[in-house]
Amino acid sequence: MTNVAGAPGAQPAAEPAAPRKGSETLHYARRNPKLLIGLGIVLAFLLLGLIGPLFVDHGPNEYVGPQSQPPSGEFWLGTTSFGQDIWAQFVFGVRTTFLIGVFGGGVAFVIGTAVGFIAGYKGGIVDEILNMLTNVVLVLPAMVVLIVAIAYLDARGVFVQGLFIGLTSWPWAARAVRSQALSLATRDYVDLARLSGRRTGKIITTEIAPNMSSYLVMSFILLFGGAILIAAGLDFIGLGPSDGVSLGLMLESAVAWSALQFGMWWWFVPPGLGITVIVSSLYILNVGLDEIFNPKLREL
Amino acid sequence: MWRYIGRKLFVYLLTFVIAVTINWMIPRFMPGDPVRSMLARASVGNPEALERMTTYYNEVFGLDTPLYQQYFSFWGGLLRGDLGVSVMLYPEPVTDVILRAVPFTLAVLLPAILLSWVVGNHFGAFAARSKILDNTILPLGYVLTATPYMWLALLLAWSLGVVAGVFPVANGYSFSLRPEFTWLFISDLISHWFLPFLSMFVVALGGWAIGMRNMIIYELEADYSNYLQALGAPRRLVRKYAFRNAMLPQITGLAVQLGTIIAGSLLTEIVFNYPGLGTLIIQSLNSRDFFLLQGIFLFVVVGVLIANFIIDIVYVLVDPRTRVQMTGGSS
Repeated sequence: MTNVAGAPGAQPAAEPAAPRKGSETLHYARRNPKLLIGLGIVLAFLLLGLIGPLFVDHGPNEYVGPQSQPPSGEFWLGTTSFGQDIWAQFVFGVRTTFLIGVFGGGVAFVIGTAVGFIAGYKGGIVDEILNMLTNVVLVLPAMVVLIVAIAYLDARGVFVQGLFIGLTSWPWAARAVRSQALSLATRDYVDLARLSGRRTGKIITTEIAPNMSSYLVMSFILLFGGAILIAAGLDFIGLGPSDGVSLGLMLESAVAWSALQFGMWWWFVPPGLGITVIVSSLYILNVGLDEIFNPKLREL
Repeated sequence: MWRYIGRKLFVYLLTFVIAVTINWMIPRFMPGDPVRSMLARASVGNPEALERMTTYYNEVFGLDTPLYQQYFSFWGGLLRGDLGVSVMLYPEPVTDVILRAVPFTLAVLLPAILLSWVVGNHFGAFAARSKILDNTILPLGYVLTATPYMWLALLLAWSLGVVAGVFPVANGYSFSLRPEFTWLFISDLISHWFLPFLSMFVVALGGWAIGMRNMIIYELEADYSNYLQALGAPRRLVRKYAFRNAMLPQITGLAVQLGTIIAGSLLTEIVFNYPGLGTLIIQSLNSRDFFLLQGIFLFVVVGVLIANFIIDIVYVLVDPRTRVQMTGGSS
């Protein structure tokens, strides 16, 4: 059988193709500095947010030290004008930042992909209606809607904030997923699946979604970063979690208590730097992923 | 073309109706009594005035009438240009308070958006396919788009304002001056305007540069670019054609990014205590002046819709094909 040319010969050739493709992705992934740097920084901050708070033996909002101290050996990032430990606030804030990113980005991702898939796959009147809905939410300025909606809530938590952020920031993802799904929906294998009588949901999850998985991952990362930025803005306006700690809330209290005028840079530089570094690493990680999955963009 | 504009107008009208409906729904369907929670924080010492305000707001909300009637009377008031009376600055109409703040917001917003768009596009086009620039400008662009608006504003206020002392860091103009048409006042106005403008401009710059760079790379791979290159056209000419084509998605991107940029300007104003809509939002939040807050919301939505419409018209003028862009992926 091995010496018969033709179809059986093609079989073994097709078999190693799958692992080779996987290792090709890995090959480029390991050589892509953007991916490595971005991923490294994001993971480092994730680790900081996960285990950092375990090494802080007092609450982030407790008055533990002398007031308005610049960074020192005892208080790594100094203290606020009330004697709160800024390092403690920072590590707890990083934790909140990831939480809001995953949750807000997750909600937006679920809505966006659901709307995008259904609109792109179903077409016709469903597509028209969903497209209209997407356009309406896209035009509405998300942040301003959020300000009005959240202002009426008396008790606010990270999850409520994440839910609201998710509900307003999904449209562009829906658009992007829709245009991809639209082109995949007319492929032969999708037609075949439809002819064999599989249900729509099954076809979307087993035939269409896996073929644009890299695209979905990148959409999620962008939504993740976007949710972090929106949350920081809301926290800064004073609509953050009522009893929590976040990087945006740190910026808010720094401005509210005139850290700027007193030159207490250690109060407002770290939280903003944290947000910037986390989100820009996410973006750069995304570019790295794009270059790996999209051969056209690889550096020549 | 008219079909395209008509379709767009329909979406905007629908958005406006939905925005107004959201505005109407939120106070009524959120837990708690909106009138009491609003007046609880309002610092009204005089009980008689408080009672008058309570009856006024109860009447405005019309909580005892059927829902559909409340909804229609809400629209009625809106179409007469009546957004209610501010709690914070009682009894001044919300519309007047907002109209006083709008020029300051526009003065920062419009130049920042337009200049960052133009400069960012040129930077991006310049950086594309040049390895050194790509590796320096691109990461910088990503860092800038990831920067929270208020943080860059804080850094600039601290470095150029507090430490260097070159620019004032708060308010729209010095309190010692009165608004008038003198050189002194105008220069004062500009020096207060500069830092909010600069920080808006810098943050917005990165996104446009990245978008343009990606589009140019995409366009340089198109057949027409290859054909031009094969004909031996100079690099500059190929670039010029690629740039013109890459502009189109960037114009659409302007519409998509508008909400984010406006949110950024609100945050920037808060840092500088600049007397625009952002500062007004935070004041109305602090005094729980929901009428003012909702009025600002409607103003911003209408502003965004108008801007979107202008961008659509520009797009029609620039791109004769004027087909609805379904390319997505603008982030």
